[in-house]
Amino acid sequence: MPKRPDLKSILIIGAGPIVIGQACEFDYSGTQACKALREEGYRVILVNSNPATIMTDPEFADVTYIEPLNLEMLEKIIATERPSALLPTLGGQTALNLSMELNKAGILTKYGVEMIGAKPDAINKGEDRELFKQCMIKIGLDVAKSRTVKSMAEARDAADFLGAFPLIIRPSFTLGGSGGGIAYNKEEFEGICANGLDLSPVHEVLVEECLLGWKEYEMEVMRDHKDQCVVICSIENFDPMGVHTGDSITVAPAMTLTDKEYQVMRDASFAVIREIGVETGGSNIQFSVDPVTGRMVVIEMNPRVSRSSALASKATGFPIAKIAAKLAVGYTLDELRNDITRVTPASFEPTIDYVVTKIPRFTFEKFLGADTTLTSAMKSVGEAMAIGRTFKESMQKCLRSLEVGSRGFGGGGKFGGDEILDEKIINAKLGTPNSERVFYLRHAFRAGYSVERIFELTKIDPWFLHQLREIHEMEQDLSTKTLKTIDVTTLRRAKQFGFCDAQLAHIFKSDLNAVRAHRKQAGVNTTYRLVDTCAAEFEAFTPYYYSSYGDENEILPPSGKKKIMILGGGPNRIGQGIEFDYCCVHASFALREIGYESVMVNSNPETVSTDYDTSDRLYFEPLTLEDVLEIYTQEKCDGVIVQFGGQTPLNLATALKANGVNVIGTSPESIELAEDRKKFSAILDATGLKSPANRTAMNEGDALKAAKEVGFPVLLRPSFVLGGRGMFVVYSEEEFKAVVRQAFDVMPDKPVLIDKFLEDAIELDVDCISDGETSVVGGMLEHIEFAGVHSGDAAMVMPPHTLNAAMLNTVRTATYALAKALKVVGLMNVQFAIKDNELYVLEVNPRASRTVPFVAKAIGVPLAKLAAKVMTGAKLKDLGFTREQTPKHWCVKEAVFPFVRFPGATIALGPEMRSTGEVMGIDADLGVAFAKAQAAAKPGLPTKGNVFLSVKDADKPRATALARALVELGFTIHSTSGTAKTLADNGVPVKRISKIAEGRPNAVDMLKNGQIQLVINTPAGMIPRQDENKIRAAAYAHGVCLMTTITGAFAAVEGIRALRDKPVGVKPIQHYRGNVNLV
Amino acid sequence: MWNFPPQVTQSAHKTLGTGHTTSFRSALMSTFKPGVLALEDGSVFRGRAFGAAATIAGECVFNTSMTGYQEIITDPSYFGQIVTMTAVQVGNYGLTPADEESSGPKCAGFVVRELSPVVSNWRSEISLDAYLAKNGIPGLAEIDTRALTKKLRVDGAMKSCLSTLPLSDEEAVKLARSWRDMAGSDYVKDVTCKAPYLWSASDASNYNAAYLPIGTTFKAPPPPAKRFKVAAFDFGAKYTIFRKLVRHGFDVHVFPATTRAEEIREHKVDAVFLSNGPGDPAALSYVHQTVTKLIPDYPIFGICLGHQMLTHALGGTTFKLKFGHRGGNQPVKNLETGKVSITAQNHGFATDPASLEKNGAKVTEINLNDHTVEGLRHTQLPVFSVQYHPEAAPGPNDADPLFVDFYNMVEARKAGKI
Repeated sequence: MPKRPDLKSILIIGAGPIVIGQACEFDYSGTQACKALREEGYRVILVNSNPATIMTDPEFADVTYIEPLNLEMLEKIIATERPSALLPTLGGQTALNLSMELNKAGILTKYGVEMIGAKPDAINKGEDRELFKQCMIKIGLDVAKSRTVKSMAEARDAADFLGAFPLIIRPSFTLGGSGGGIAYNKEEFEGICANGLDLSPVHEVLVEECLLGWKEYEMEVMRDHKDQCVVICSIENFDPMGVHTGDSITVAPAMTLTDKEYQVMRDASFAVIREIGVETGGSNIQFSVDPVTGRMVVIEMNPRVSRSSALASKATGFPIAKIAAKLAVGYTLDELRNDITRVTPASFEPTIDYVVTKIPRFTFEKFLGADTTLTSAMKSVGEAMAIGRTFKESMQKCLRSLEVGSRGFGGGGKFGGDEILDEKIINAKLGTPNSERVFYLRHAFRAGYSVERIFELTKIDPWFLHQLREIHEMEQDLSTKTLKTIDVTTLRRAKQFGFCDAQLAHIFKSDLNAVRAHRKQAGVNTTYRLVDTCAAEFEAFTPYYYSSYGDENEILPPSGKKKIMILGGGPNRIGQGIEFDYCCVHASFALREIGYESVMVNSNPETVSTDYDTSDRLYFEPLTLEDVLEIYTQEKCDGVIVQFGGQTPLNLATALKANGVNVIGTSPESIELAEDRKKFSAILDATGLKSPANRTAMNEGDALKAAKEVGFPVLLRPSFVLGGRGMFVVYSEEEFKAVVRQAFDVMPDKPVLIDKFLEDAIELDVDCISDGETSVVGGMLEHIEFAGVHSGDAAMVMPPHTLNAAMLNTVRTATYALAKALKVVGLMNVQFAIKDNELYVLEVNPRASRTVPFVAKAIGVPLAKLAAKVMTGAKLKDLGFTREQTPKHWCVKEAVFPFVRFPGATIALGPEMRSTGEVMGIDADLGVAFAKAQAAAKPGLPTKGNVFLSVKDADKPRATALARALVELGFTIHSTSGTAKTLADNGVPVKRISKIAEGRPNAVDMLKNGQIQLVINTPAGMIPRQDENKIRAAAYAHGVCLMTTITGAFAAVEGIRALRDKPVGVKPIQHYRGNVNLV
Repeated sequence: MWNFPPQVTQSAHKTLGTGHTTSFRSALMSTFKPGVLALEDGSVFRGRAFGAAATIAGECVFNTSMTGYQEIITDPSYFGQIVTMTAVQVGNYGLTPADEESSGPKCAGFVVRELSPVVSNWRSEISLDAYLAKNGIPGLAEIDTRALTKKLRVDGAMKSCLSTLPLSDEEAVKLARSWRDMAGSDYVKDVTCKAPYLWSASDASNYNAAYLPIGTTFKAPPPPAKRFKVAAFDFGAKYTIFRKLVRHGFDVHVFPATTRAEEIREHKVDAVFLSNGPGDPAALSYVHQTVTKLIPDYPIFGICLGHQMLTHALGGTTFKLKFGHRGGNQPVKNLETGKVSITAQNHGFATDPASLEKNGAKVTEINLNDHTVEGLRHTQLPVFSVQYHPEAAPGPNDADPLFVDFYNMVEARKAGKI
């Protein structure tokens, strides 16, 4: 049946800000869906609070609402737009939950909106653990024995029923399994259950038989309304049960199932999707298999596209989200074409002749104090994927794609040293799942462990362990040889085992260039193979490649157009995520517009940039010098863009240039200048600008000396990092000594920078574009917090809300001078501080910044696209962008933090970035815009109730005015002794409550009881007090609005006032657009 | 019938809790035994030898299934063929008696990108290497199977030579070229049973029950109480066809391919089944004639070669496909219901649709990849067949209901309804 003619417009809800468990894979799926539905002529209405997404670009939907994702806003949008249908399955858990809320509140019925893809009943059955379990038993499938409980008493009964520890506890309706865990004893059981009941929005947890150590599988399934079902991909987890699949190393296709077992799992997957009743679209179904008996248990299903379906799409070339969207509007699988082969229909099952490995990327280093053990609650912030002809090749490629300093499974680099480690260390690292376990498997082999012994410790399937053993054996064998003595056959096999030149250089005690030269001479060359969905059975037309060492090279002949390579950002991490992918995608679109061929290189499966539709040629490859150079050479590219993918390509820029690569746009030297203090000072001198007093140091002693010279407080930071890793505001010598080692450890052999820290300064981020002749400010963003909060974490207002026109002019002039001095061709970001009406330059980065997509949305100008065009030589005047655009509305950016995932970590804003995502609030009124940003970042500002106010001494003078304003707005203030006294002394009514150390009830009790609606708690010093942290953690856990800076609190007051006095409307960004006529 | 050697490593089962054997292959070149695959076009692939030490010639084909190498190797339809798997990691889960599709391996040679150094699955009893060695079949690993597959796709299935013995490139190519072509050859005589027998429904070594993990039942209904007697022609039948017939209510009497129609009549069967098998369907005129005689009197169901036999018996013709359909992901559309099934396929020949329609049959199913005939039905008589493998093994079970259709057809016939 063709598409439904009765539907006219379709509402798509995005996934909101990037959080752990929900990253840019939903931008990928949402973007595909928007494109697919508009292609069919439907009017697409999109809602998403995340401005860094491609899907929220104005051209991807008919109307795009960058508004908070909550019931109130959604109802307003539905009332305005009156969509005929809502597609709830493409925006992750956020969209699914919100759609269910809309349905429950009767809003869909009220406005006659049909839910397509999956009906509420099906979503409920898929999501509600108890209902799901009953469904599975009904259709003759096995499930883990379990009980759903709503109280501690019921939980204890369940533990008795199930008999033995360990037991798994899973809270209902929490994202990525947060709040769950494995209890090995009664005490842990009590703790995890209590926490889980607390976190579950329905106060419900599942207590379950523990399948720890069993094998884990995922099936990506699609169904159409004719009940035709296909499996797109099977995935086997390298890490056995016990580690959240998002935190597991996973491999496609499944490796250790016989056909009999695989077909039972396939049949079961179809039985599940049919019984749950997902009418059309994709679902992910997880299974567990007992390695001893083959007993197969259904774990859970996601009745929507998921992170795994993004992975499956990239792994097979089958665009799950796009097809899901088309199925939702009435098409059947056999009516849709496979884009890659063009001749075969979408009703087939991809077959792959390579192995795909995904490894999660963690950032525990940013959350000191957090538990680094991997459990059933997801903790990773990103992932890398690699494709190889064999598992060994794919695994080693993926390890180097991770960009954590590892070159693969050994062969030098971080974790790859030649030492023999103590068994105690190895056993500890193997016995408990952790993010470094894979590296310690090698150390175990090195220490002489047998596969059997490693299996006993890890329960990782012996098949995988033997594959790694083979890599280890190869490394041992190679280490007996040198570049002179190695034979061609062994060298080729080493490359086929996934060894990169850097590993070989380490093993042969040679260097990268010598290995490369030797390899070329020996004729051991990289070949590129196609990802074609069909294992070469049919001709493929989509140039989607991976590298290998085989007989045949499948690179398509050149088209005759000039080729520009774009280097992506690699796996998501804090500080480098979707914003940079957004820029890379724009570069690709721009190049296509002006007749270039774009060649994308990236290793992150969650992204839009790795959609085979995005660029003319896609290389799913690690972003290392060897891999990038090889593609550049073989594709005979004319240039490469390094300034869009964040730090990853920048770290390669100089070496690429040294190897004869044409880096287009701003030169690598200018880009590096930002990190080179001497050259930076010279530029400032030349432009007549100043920066806070600063020093560079190569060792700890010099660093302290430098700190004393510039005077405390100082800003201490390593060079060459993004996201403020190892960056501290230090107020005293003691503090300095405590942290200086960490700053050096981030980038060994690189200097650390020590700057005078400007207290209470206003910070301003400026994004600018230049073609070498003309420079135009894209946007100025004033931070709400005083300087000292990382710009990725700071709330920002655009246009600046407190600075006067004269100062903004000074800023503008300074920006243009810097762009000129640095010979910027492309984008540049400058961070300024303003103190006592003096302008200081904090940082200059002549490259795309994290704020580019936000600014582009605010001014309605695709800055990244323009930048890509100017890098190819186009001029801004010819492109029609020569005048700075000041939005006539207020745009507020707010950051979103993962603290709830890392119990025990310090909750405070600082110079080290720790947010995972961002949201945008837009309105004609600044207060409303701020309130919208808060609502989008969740939980949003309260309009009445109790405030817990506790500030550091330095903030006490301002606390009085703050409290008075809150009292005027009708709030009741609760404070502990110090702040309470200040307020009382100044005549502000305040209720004194106990500090945690003083007894109970205290603020934490009140938070748990829902008696506090707003927490304002500004931490003192660099290392905050534990008690204060407990209060902030409780606020996070219970969804209570938390402000940790005094300026943030003042902004909140303005937001609250606006919410009470002014209407909060919704407006699509297309209606905000200025009158820029781009050519 | 059972062909597994006794060296099952039970102790390893216990220590590891899986079918993982304590012996494994080293990755090093010192353990590398060379082998060669040569094609008639002169291409030579050199890689690592495994399985038996032998030199064989045959038709080189590729299979895109990602699982099921044991079923493929033991499928008699691959008789005379050198099978290349496009899946890259092969041998991972070993082999197990329950997954045998005939009395032992039937393909001439086996080619993979990488052979697993170890076996890891609780069901496994022997490694692929040991199994092929024991049964005299040579294997070749560590060649660029994708390059080989593309060659076969572009130039078609080719006469080839696989050797795990010392052999020069020239000799190998010569052997490949001198192999007799498959077209016109009767391979069925090599794989059909020698005498009629009853496929026991109760013998445990027949593995008639479907594989189901403990705790998984699918709430499958029990087999029908009333059983019918089917005469199953064995052209090189896969055991799972017999297993599925048993499960769906048939007592299976197996007959050699050369059995005459009169003999079938003497056995007073309720229905006739035509199995899969190897080689050129046009070369089996003795079968065509037998089937022609049976068509008016029996409900008939044919699979794969059985479908091609029915084609010829009805007066239709078959032709050779360039590189065939071999894999577990082939989309087949039923033209009567409009529904698509994902099917397992293994055939190098196909039915000419025009020739069918002239002879009282119609095309019921087509392959959505290349629109070739996948199923036919007689317009008047209870006679139908499919080109693909509804018994799966390996591959998807989507088309399992065809066995129910066959049962219902026989039941209706017995009740005088058709």
